Amino acid sequence: MSNEKKLILIADDDADYLFQMEAMVKSLGFRVKTAESQAEAEKLLDEIKPDLAIFDLMMEQEDSGFILSYKARKKHPEMPIIIASAATAETGFTFDLFSDTDRHWIKADLYLEKGIRIDQLHREINKLLRL
Amino acid sequence: MAKLHVLVVDDEPGIRSGICRILSNYTVGYPFMDEDFEFDLVEAETGEKAVEILDSRPIDVVLLDNKLPGMDGIEVLEYITKKQFDLAVMMITSYASLDLAIKATRFGAYTFMPKPFTPQELRSTIENVTKHLFLKRMTRKMQEEGKQIRFQFLSVLSHELKSPLNAVEGYLKMMQEKQFGDKVDDYESMIERSLIRLKGMRNLIMDLLDLTKMESGKKERKLREINLKDVVKMAMDTMEPYAIQRSVKIKQVVEGDVHLLADPDEMEIIFNNLISNAVKYNREGGKVNVELMDQKDHIAIKVSDTGIGMSEEDLGKIFQDFVRIKNSKTKEITGSGLGLSITKKMIEQYNGTINVESEPDKGTTFIITLPRL
Repeated sequence: MSNEKKLILIADDDADYLFQMEAMVKSLGFRVKTAESQAEAEKLLDEIKPDLAIFDLMMEQEDSGFILSYKARKKHPEMPIIIASAATAETGFTFDLFSDTDRHWIKADLYLEKGIRIDQLHREINKLLRL
Repeated sequence: MAKLHVLVVDDEPGIRSGICRILSNYTVGYPFMDEDFEFDLVEAETGEKAVEILDSRPIDVVLLDNKLPGMDGIEVLEYITKKQFDLAVMMITSYASLDLAIKATRFGAYTFMPKPFTPQELRSTIENVTKHLFLKRMTRKMQEEGKQIRFQFLSVLSHELKSPLNAVEGYLKMMQEKQFGDKVDDYESMIERSLIRLKGMRNLIMDLLDLTKMESGKKERKLREINLKDVVKMAMDTMEPYAIQRSVKIKQVVEGDVHLLADPDEMEIIFNNLISNAVKYNREGGKVNVELMDQKDHIAIKVSDTGIGMSEEDLGKIFQDFVRIKNSKTKEITGSGLGLSITKKMIEQYNGTINVESEPDKGTTFIITLPRL
């Protein structure tokens, strides 16, 4: 199946990061819809059915990405979800929210550290979309 | 009523039942505690039995006889220290020697009571033990909470510092790969955004420095008699270019004498933060009013704007570290999320108060009092 038909929803409250991700994902040949907040993403999910979603973790709430994942799963159980976050694995500070029970509850398919290289991102998206 | 579990270890049944009788209808209360303590008693006739009980259920206080048939009191004490049980030990013994007292305290016993003892002696000793235990637990709890707050602060801080770095790095990569064309002009908006993000990061670092200086208490405070009018004038001048850009008018109103013994740098931080917020969160063509009023024992300050205002829910959060109100109206406004938290801490160092009233789309007013020292 061709990449071009696949629609990816990206939600991030950092306008610059959103712009860059949009450009990056578009350059990989996907269609992109963007949302600047958890609320906007929720509304979009009522109207469209993306093939994959990339959510920022901290938006209106510090766990917006998780809440969004949970709600998205209910609406579109088949849609793979990536949570991208600047929560800092390399400095050793990880969030309480990453506890095992939360992982179980949240059920995102992948956690990505922000600042990911384009080829890595492409590989991860393809894997989740089984391309 | 809270319950403390007391384990009485003594091979003499008479002593055990005596202690149980005295403590079972005794309660301890302190003015600094919310509730009184009562005692739930468990008995052990040997050291071995004591260890068994300690391993199987929570115990708060151990009354421990040293002279026991098998395992002696000091050995039980060693076991308690090794296992790091959260409890207080009080040694009781018939031959109260200084040697044993020293040895027992070195092994972690909190206090010592010689046999025979009167009911009153037992009660007052147990009262001390309870107080010690309570304070020890409180201290530890507070330290843990402190660590937790520090940890959250660092998590959020690293996030706030990394976001602008990621943004700038992303734009530079786009330029490096010439994703949008060969000319510098093709990247003008990205360069502009990068500069804005770097400026935001610089402001965050400046705010952090203010916060660190204040929290470490290392910054020497240079108190002198200053006229707040001058401080406000200076802050207004600092904000003027931005205010002109947004066609916001800032007005100062002074009633009476507003001299105050204070550090001018700290007063400037307070007014810079309040006035810059009032301009930033204003509407195009809005107004900012800064009122200073002499109230004899204190100076009352009001900084009000005609801006976007806040909801009741937002009002409760704005003085916390890194809190920024995120909605469609604040989308374009940058800030570190530390300004008001710094302002509040600084005002409190002068034993002052800060309160806020706000109405969405009408405006916000900060009301500050600074007592004259």
